[in-house]
Amino acid sequence: MILPLDIILLIFLVIAAVVALKLRDLLGAAMVFSTYGFLICLIWAEMGAVDVAFTEATVGAGISGALMIATIFKTARKSSD
Amino acid sequence: MMEWIKTTIVPHFNFWIYVVIMMLGLWAAIGKNNLIKKLIGLSIFQTAILLLYVSMGVKEGASIPIVDETMGEAAVDFMAQGGGAAGATAFPINPDLFANPLPHVLMLTAIVVGVATLGVALALCQVIFRDFGTLEEPEILNQIQTIQDDV
Repeated sequence: MILPLDIILLIFLVIAAVVALKLRDLLGAAMVFSTYGFLICLIWAEMGAVDVAFTEATVGAGISGALMIATIFKTARKSSD
Repeated sequence: MMEWIKTTIVPHFNFWIYVVIMMLGLWAAIGKNNLIKKLIGLSIFQTAILLLYVSMGVKEGASIPIVDETMGEAAVDFMAQGGGAAGATAFPINPDLFANPLPHVLMLTAIVVGVATLGVALALCQVIFRDFGTLEEPEILNQIQTIQDDV
């Protein structure tokens, strides 16, 4: 584990989580949620969990973002909160 | 104050952030009105739990859990025989050299299960939108209430 990198990435992670939950445009929220998935993938790699890191890179940053964007295009893009 | 941050926050920073992210996810899953926002919150809650478990396997000065020549000839031979072959008396690998891989494998399953449940939940959102024309929870509850009043 690399402590300075760990602290920086975790602070960015909290910022990404807050932005993903606060954005009213759901397409933007899905994009920021993909960024969140990529940041947590970097955290796994930095903590030595390489197998978890590449699963998260495909699943968290790739597939879940694509599923969410597909759902938003089939439903509404605006959110009330 | 600075001393308190240095001795309490920094050495356990992963666990502090784990609590913060978990509470963000819980707040979104309970307090948000939009169903997609609730699902984003649920996914954030799930990654917080993964962060807790993977943080438990971290050691100071440890590397990734892969055996190679830097761990010594005996370690490579031990793994080449399938790890624990007949005749092996002692475990020749120093466990301080790598992070504990057990939480990693357990969380690998949790990630895959998580994306499967997210997919099912998004499909249910599409069905709800087709039936009610909205993804906002108060409006859906209103429509259900009027249907029940008519019956």
